[in-house]
Amino acid sequence: MRDSTGKAPGWGVTLMRNRHFVGWLQAAPLSLILIGFLILPIITIVIVSFWQATEFSIIPAFSLENYEFLFGSPVTYKVFGATFKYAFLTWAFTLSIGFTVAYYLAFHIRSQPVQIALFLICTIPFWTSNIIRMISWIPFLGRNGIANQALISWGVIDQPLEWLLYSDFSVILAFVHLYTLFMVVPIFNTMMRIDKSLLEAARDNGASGFQTLVHVIVPLTKPGIMIGTIFVLTLVMGDFITVRFMSGSQRANVGRLISNDISLLQYPSAAATAVVLLLTVLIVIGILLRFVNIRKEL
Amino acid sequence: MRTGQDLELSHVTKRYGQTVAVRDINHVFTNGTYVCLLGPSGCGKSTTLRMIAGHETISDGSILLDGTDVSHLPPAKRGTAMMFQSYALFPHLSVRDNVAFSLRMQGQDKALRHKAANEMLELVDMIHLADRLPAQLSGGQQQRVALARALVTKPRVLLLDEPLSALDPFLRIRVRGELKRLQRELGISFIHVTHGQDEALALADECVVMNNAVIEQSGPAREVFSRPRTEFVARFMGGHNVIDLNGGRYALRADGVHFATAGLPATVRTIEYQGNHVAVTSTTGDDTEVLALIPEETFFANPKNPGDAVGLAWDEGRLHRLQA
Repeated sequence: MRDSTGKAPGWGVTLMRNRHFVGWLQAAPLSLILIGFLILPIITIVIVSFWQATEFSIIPAFSLENYEFLFGSPVTYKVFGATFKYAFLTWAFTLSIGFTVAYYLAFHIRSQPVQIALFLICTIPFWTSNIIRMISWIPFLGRNGIANQALISWGVIDQPLEWLLYSDFSVILAFVHLYTLFMVVPIFNTMMRIDKSLLEAARDNGASGFQTLVHVIVPLTKPGIMIGTIFVLTLVMGDFITVRFMSGSQRANVGRLISNDISLLQYPSAAATAVVLLLTVLIVIGILLRFVNIRKEL
Repeated sequence: MRTGQDLELSHVTKRYGQTVAVRDINHVFTNGTYVCLLGPSGCGKSTTLRMIAGHETISDGSILLDGTDVSHLPPAKRGTAMMFQSYALFPHLSVRDNVAFSLRMQGQDKALRHKAANEMLELVDMIHLADRLPAQLSGGQQQRVALARALVTKPRVLLLDEPLSALDPFLRIRVRGELKRLQRELGISFIHVTHGQDEALALADECVVMNNAVIEQSGPAREVFSRPRTEFVARFMGGHNVIDLNGGRYALRADGVHFATAGLPATVRTIEYQGNHVAVTSTTGDDTEVLALIPEETFFANPKNPGDAVGLAWDEGRLHRLQA
């Protein structure tokens, strides 16, 4: 290639004119970060999951014993079962609360300033850390906590309720409290994109409020529901601290299994559990994405 | 001719807080006519349409259809159907399911409602695209689907909210021909809101011109155009000059003005060639602008230039006294 002066351009110019080279250059910073902080650690975890360990040493090897132990132990299935239970219940509650809140914000509040104000109010809990929000439940739910005292003074119960704290109830309550906003935001976002004239058209076609909800709003909100679902499922399935705090270390999920292994310096075993958890979550998300196309939301 | 099936507005008023969007309107829409509600934006024409449809509550007065008061019935129970400006097709449903939507809401079973939807799609010539999604259709095709969806409930009055505004000019002219044909075939009333007077003149059996929340004038399209009652109507419908003569206000048809030596003295300001005719704007002694549409051949037989002094004349019948 020759430029207007008739001289052949330098190699640097030729390179910069190459569309592909410039494209790769632009993608490089993000690629490097993802490779360095996501891909490499995952590869490391996969490699370590095949190593062997004793109480006092870690031996590089290629052995399946971590996986054999994991799949051979009934505890694994129980703990995975509990993780799914937490994930499912939290999903069900955050979805019903999140959908309702988003619906109220998007369709009942007419003025945009009020909409924005109420939306910001929803985010206020996020101004404090997860741990503090969790811990603040303890004096409320405890045996002599506010909830029990109030119920006793109203005469609803005679004995303090034992299941309020350090139980599945308190774990799920904390999860719902922590993660409902992750449902509200994507659902609200999708709902705001629904053309309001569609609701009028539905009414013009004789749809009742409920029929409009079922036949128009829910189908059009599906991508937002799906994004919220992915947020909540991954957060709950990867969590260990909420389960530890809110169950008073009496309940277990996969995250706690991993954290226990790490605290005992059993890194290969922890890595194997992490790999299985990662694959489980990916499979769940893969199944979900088969049902709903979220691409147009991104 | 009045029949019992007419749509009647009686003292219909719409207030939003302190502002009045529609003020005490009385009008009878004769059954089976094509009516255009015409006016500038903010004149209350869309609000009037939406009140008839039931998407806007009325503050005062009543709406009667076929002798029954429908003012407080939900939209689907009124015997009206609305076609929305943006068509408002459900993006997640196929063309057929969009058209069948209202029947599904009534609980008709699938075979029955698909049959009815197919009939409607035949009517608007869209049956070959029945399985597409709205996003896969062009603007004109979407418009037909919206029309089919509105007609599937067999309404007695079809309400169209600026149905042609989203189409390009060529398509607009074709679609308006189709609308008129459809109205004639179905024999029901169409009430069509528009801000384009050419659209209204081309389509309407009856024109209703609105301004500032009231009806300025209504009547057959030709009558509204050639005999405007007020200065607003004369100016809005176009093709008229408004001039003061002998202490009165008159509307003067622009195509009725010609040049004559003995006429009203004026100075030519601008000349625009428009194909069929030449638009000559001139100002008279008291600075009134007068537009004259001179047939092309006549103009070029005796061409003028800006700055030329001319005499403006017209036939007596072309002058029309305005009431306000």
